[in-house]
Amino acid sequence: MKTRNFKRVMVWELPVRIFHWLNVLCIVVLTITGFLIANPPAILSSAEATNLHTFGIIRFIHFTAAYIFFFVMILRIYWAFVGNQFASWRAFWPFTKKNWNNFWHVLKIDIFLLNEEKHDVRDISIGHNSVATLSYLVMFFIALIQVFTGFALYADMSSWWLPKLFSWVIPLFGGDFMVRTIHHIAMWLFIFFSMIHVYLVFYHDYIEGRGEVSSMFGGFKFVDETRLKKAVEELDEEIKTD
Amino acid sequence: MSINNEQRKTYYESIIKNGYNRRDFMKFTTYMAAFMGLESTMVGQIAKSLENTPRLPVIWEHYQECTCCSESFIRSDHPIVADIILDRISLDYTLTLMAASGHQAEAAKQETMNKYKGEYILCVEGSIPLGDDGNYCCIAGKSAKESFLEAAEGAKAIIAWGSCASNGCIQAAKPNPTEATPIHKIVKNKPIIRVPGCPPIGEVMAGIIVHVVAFGRLPELDRLGRPKAFYAKRVHDSCYRRPYYDAGLFAETFDDHNAKEGYCLYKLGCKGPMTYNSCGTIKWNNGVSYPIQSGHGCIGCSEANFWDNGPFYERATKVPGLEEEGLADDIGKVAAGVLAGGLAVHAVAANISKRKELMSRIRRGKSNEKNIDS
Repeated sequence: MKTRNFKRVMVWELPVRIFHWLNVLCIVVLTITGFLIANPPAILSSAEATNLHTFGIIRFIHFTAAYIFFFVMILRIYWAFVGNQFASWRAFWPFTKKNWNNFWHVLKIDIFLLNEEKHDVRDISIGHNSVATLSYLVMFFIALIQVFTGFALYADMSSWWLPKLFSWVIPLFGGDFMVRTIHHIAMWLFIFFSMIHVYLVFYHDYIEGRGEVSSMFGGFKFVDETRLKKAVEELDEEIKTD
Repeated sequence: MSINNEQRKTYYESIIKNGYNRRDFMKFTTYMAAFMGLESTMVGQIAKSLENTPRLPVIWEHYQECTCCSESFIRSDHPIVADIILDRISLDYTLTLMAASGHQAEAAKQETMNKYKGEYILCVEGSIPLGDDGNYCCIAGKSAKESFLEAAEGAKAIIAWGSCASNGCIQAAKPNPTEATPIHKIVKNKPIIRVPGCPPIGEVMAGIIVHVVAFGRLPELDRLGRPKAFYAKRVHDSCYRRPYYDAGLFAETFDDHNAKEGYCLYKLGCKGPMTYNSCGTIKWNNGVSYPIQSGHGCIGCSEANFWDNGPFYERATKVPGLEEEGLADDIGKVAAGVLAGGLAVHAVAANISKRKELMSRIRRGKSNEKNIDS
């Protein structure tokens, strides 16, 4: 019985991983504090308001996380222009033939769970698959919605020019009510996305067995040797330390 | 009202003629400067303007409304406010308060419109129904729309008093049977000051009029056409209960101990955090109180569609487009549950459908494990 030979490939570079995990942290923190702000728990305290700042701290955490969320988003956009082929904006461009073929393949094999007669290694994406890139594009726009509505609601409390840049969003929707509702509904989309995203990562790791989960920690994925132009001469030392 | 035939008096002359002394007048200008948020050196400028400026001709139209704006206005802080703009001095036409009626009243309006074309200020209280050819609101044989367009034609500027004229208010709530329409959607070519609120604060109304008179131009407006001096801050940000909010101390019901302690009404549906108005600073009824101070949450009356924006007494918002009381979080929780169920089904199905592939990989992995050499 023959097993495939795999090569270790650096797929997710460090900035991509930093983006990913800060994003995870921000989204979790923003969602939890967001729920708390939307419907604060009853605090039983006999202390005077002067001596408490509970809700203020929750809001402070929310706003801080929002700033981090925004800045790592900018980092990721920058990296889409200087990063490797898997981080590049080209990987996210949906209108290529290759992309659509892969899209249907992923839909058939991974979403509707059909089986192929014959496997073709080229059907397995090394970086994002086409369904994933599309979902990340959608999430990027939903993240933009969160940034725009969030900073718009925040702008009035800030004296910095950055949040003020978004103050035009409020009149666009006629007032805070609608903006807040959009902000709240979009948060649910993040929750749905996270559920599906985490499940599918586990799914791919389980079905394909090439380190999908751990790839976001170390950055490496394992790629079938036959897909590389020629086996790269690995340095002796490296093999020794492996 | 025969004042159209008189020599136009200045505001100051009118005020003195009405029995106020100079001291009253100066107090009034100081009040106004304070409400407008001006620095004290501007008081002199306002006084000087009122001394020298002939009174502005004002036509005050009433359409679909309850007259609460007028009521609020005549109760503003200083008696001169009511006297200067309403009553004898300034108003050339207002259905509610003018002495003339019927043909005489309409004649007074026509006369003002002709004589002061391009100079008069048109104040509009109430929304304008466009449904069924505008038959839901007719005055003097004309529909509200006709009458408004006629008056707007020669106006220097238009002031939309209250939420009706600014946003449509209650009569524009779904399903809006009369197609009540705020005035900025009908006239586009005139400067319009929107002064939302149900009603707006009397001092705010007076402040805007005095600003137009004293400086000869409209006050600085925000992107929604509201004067920045009065609508730049949320009620929440100037609320005296704000420290309780920051501390996380909330009233849970209207009759609990927390409510008695004066805690924040956020969880009881207070719309202060989403409402732009000066209630927290100028307050109502000569600065006596405002809704939150009286123990009732803000209902957001100066925001567009406040009537359709969900329950007044709950911290929740309606999902737009849903007629039922569908709340975003309930929908979200159900959807998340369904999604989790779907993912579980998918996981089981994946194990069944891909079993050959999985078994084969496991076999190969196990045989490799047996062959480990070192």
